[in-house]
Amino acid sequence: MSVIKEWVFTTDHKRVGILYLIGSVAAFVVAGIMALLMRAELSAIGPTLTANPTTYNVWLYAHGAIMILGFQIPALTGFAANYCIPLMIGAKDVAFPRLNAFSVWLFYMGVILALLTFVIPDPPDVLWTGYPPYSTITTGNTALYTFTVLLIGFASIIAGVNFLTTIAYMRAQGMTWNKLNFFVWSIIGSFVMQLIYVPVLGTAVLLISFDKYLGTNFFDPTIGGDVLTYQNLFWFYSHPAVYVIFLPFIGILMEILATFAKNPVFNYKVAVYGGCWGIVIISGEVWIHHLYVSGMPDWLRIGQMVTTLLISVPVGLITISMVGTLYKGSITFETPMLYGLGTLVLFLIGGLTGIPLAVTSLTVNLSETYYVVGHFHYVMAVAGTMAIFAGVYYWFPKMTGKMYSELWGKIGFWFTFVGANVIFWTMMDVGVRTGLPRRYYDFAAFPQVANEQYIMSVGAIIIAIGFTITLLNWIIGAARGPKASDNPWGSMSLEWTTVSPPPHGNWPKPPVVAEDWNPYAYTKR
Amino acid sequence: MKGGSMFKHWKSSAGAAALAAAGPAFAEKYIPSNDSGKIVDPAAGWERLWTTVLIDITILGVIFAVATLFLVWKYRRRPGYEGGGAKPLSTGAAVAWSVIPTFIFLADDFYIAANGWQLWNVQRTVPADRLEIKLESGMYSWDYTYPNGVRTQNELKVPAGKPILLRMTSRDTIHSHYLPDFKVKEDSMPGRITYLWFYPQKPGEHLVTCTEYCGVMHSYMAGKVIVLPPAEYKAWYEQEGEKLKKAEAPEPNHGGAKPAAQKRKSA
Repeated sequence: MSVIKEWVFTTDHKRVGILYLIGSVAAFVVAGIMALLMRAELSAIGPTLTANPTTYNVWLYAHGAIMILGFQIPALTGFAANYCIPLMIGAKDVAFPRLNAFSVWLFYMGVILALLTFVIPDPPDVLWTGYPPYSTITTGNTALYTFTVLLIGFASIIAGVNFLTTIAYMRAQGMTWNKLNFFVWSIIGSFVMQLIYVPVLGTAVLLISFDKYLGTNFFDPTIGGDVLTYQNLFWFYSHPAVYVIFLPFIGILMEILATFAKNPVFNYKVAVYGGCWGIVIISGEVWIHHLYVSGMPDWLRIGQMVTTLLISVPVGLITISMVGTLYKGSITFETPMLYGLGTLVLFLIGGLTGIPLAVTSLTVNLSETYYVVGHFHYVMAVAGTMAIFAGVYYWFPKMTGKMYSELWGKIGFWFTFVGANVIFWTMMDVGVRTGLPRRYYDFAAFPQVANEQYIMSVGAIIIAIGFTITLLNWIIGAARGPKASDNPWGSMSLEWTTVSPPPHGNWPKPPVVAEDWNPYAYTKR
Repeated sequence: MKGGSMFKHWKSSAGAAALAAAGPAFAEKYIPSNDSGKIVDPAAGWERLWTTVLIDITILGVIFAVATLFLVWKYRRRPGYEGGGAKPLSTGAAVAWSVIPTFIFLADDFYIAANGWQLWNVQRTVPADRLEIKLESGMYSWDYTYPNGVRTQNELKVPAGKPILLRMTSRDTIHSHYLPDFKVKEDSMPGRITYLWFYPQKPGEHLVTCTEYCGVMHSYMAGKVIVLPPAEYKAWYEQEGEKLKKAEAPEPNHGGAKPAAQKRKSA
């Protein structure tokens, strides 16, 4: 009993981080099951698993909303940031530990609210985007959507204030800005975007519920509203949200590449000030590419085609830094590195296939097809998730003081990697060749894609096997893995200088950083 | 809370009146017109641009992938080789490694953007010699109105060899009129007029399908474009027009645009 109390009322950033991890992985399992149900439904033409399209649409809603709001953002800016930021900057905790505990509570309430979808009689069926007028006229419970977004968004804003303060004021003595881990910079960028854009999303979803339940008409054109206002507000947040997920996962990747190549981050300052901050700055000027076929003015679509293409510059610089970090390295291939390299490949495919989607004249055909679904699953779903897995494996010995099984870690990786490519490569291919639209309960109008749909459903099962192996590996490793040393990867980064798992307060006395130290100061072996 | 809010009826009563008033906007929407008489097929342009961009991203992808695989293989730790601890770049090298790639990426971006813009102008500038049809979408059908007042549902008959312009709106949720074979779609939504055009050149049948989540039956909201030989189309069009004239009962008003010719007739 006291153990439970200790965890629920904890203010220790490491425990808060692990709570975030447990909550987000639970959300991932639920949303993953939704994906499997959808793949089962789509494995053949006509009703397969359910005869009711609304049931399918609820799965679709739950999959998208829970994956993004309940898994990706909390796992990266909740778990990874909480666990690692104080350790990486040499702080004993975050600046506002109680606020931190409050943020994880809000997150759990948000997840519980999201899970109520499966209990209430009229679950939301508005997709994770909640576009009006459908969201205001559906019999589904749009309020549940609104309040899930608000709770998790609020948790995120609190965390943003907390972490920016922590990084600004609680760095170890001698830790200058240019000695921060790349991951720390990516979290700064991420939370700066959260603070700027989350309130816009909060406003948008709140206005939907006002329209639906209180009789206002913000989005009702029949009384002077405008349906496009919502889409603009929504994507004004939700495109930057992609980078809120993207930056930390690139941050994790960079840490892993540097550690397992025993090299400094290639061209660190350019990756930070050009790559990371370049993305933060451009992120708010590209949202129209989600509205390329929504009847926005033609000149605006062309303008944001150019800004969207410009994203390739900071992303390209970061990619060069990632690949360059391998140069003259001393590369080993433990499970985290395997995930790291796999993520790099998937992110390359996902990033490059985004370039056609930046071009408005190509998007008039590609938009809302399986091509789009394939593309963003490569970037967000697969690369993002594999980066999170990479991070869990990487910091596993630090978090638990124990070691997972390398063999099962690698087996799990290959299942996930192969399954992901089977699904999402096929998806992009189908989308370009036939224009098969997404969000279809039944593809009766496209009988020619039946084989591909079946293949994708098999791919989903392969991923599910891979993830089950991974999850069991974590649980068994944490329960009875062999004892790990304090720094099994031989990393120079500060989080590995304390014992595993670190005690409350992290170090017996505050670490002091030497003049010639930096988190990547490896010596030639 | 089933059935929405208790305030809902306020909106629905006022809504019908406002929608009826939305009609004339159909005619006023400005659409750039191409008076040169030369018709460029946007679908063929799409294929060309897609190939160009696909080659472009494949080259980039292969360069990065080969570099990664090569480095991973060459610098793997093995007996007899211990690397790591690379020196940080000199200032000159750091600047070169940022400025040169930036210029390459920018050049590529502007190359793609220029090509994209060129096609965009084709896609959004409608040839002056065109057939103009109004589309009102609803849950879950596509309702077309021809210049002579003929209405069809889920079946758009058009003559081969003539550019077709659709002016679109919706009476309920947002829909998106997608023509996979003509590589074009555009949303139709309440309170706004949007447009798209396509160029059917040969007789045949093509799919129309909805690509904006519009409700429970979204995936069944399909229709057809039937491209007829010009003479056959003309016969059908005139015959339907005659039928309409003879029909005594006035057209039921769906709340969409009522064609001007039809109004004069019934007056």
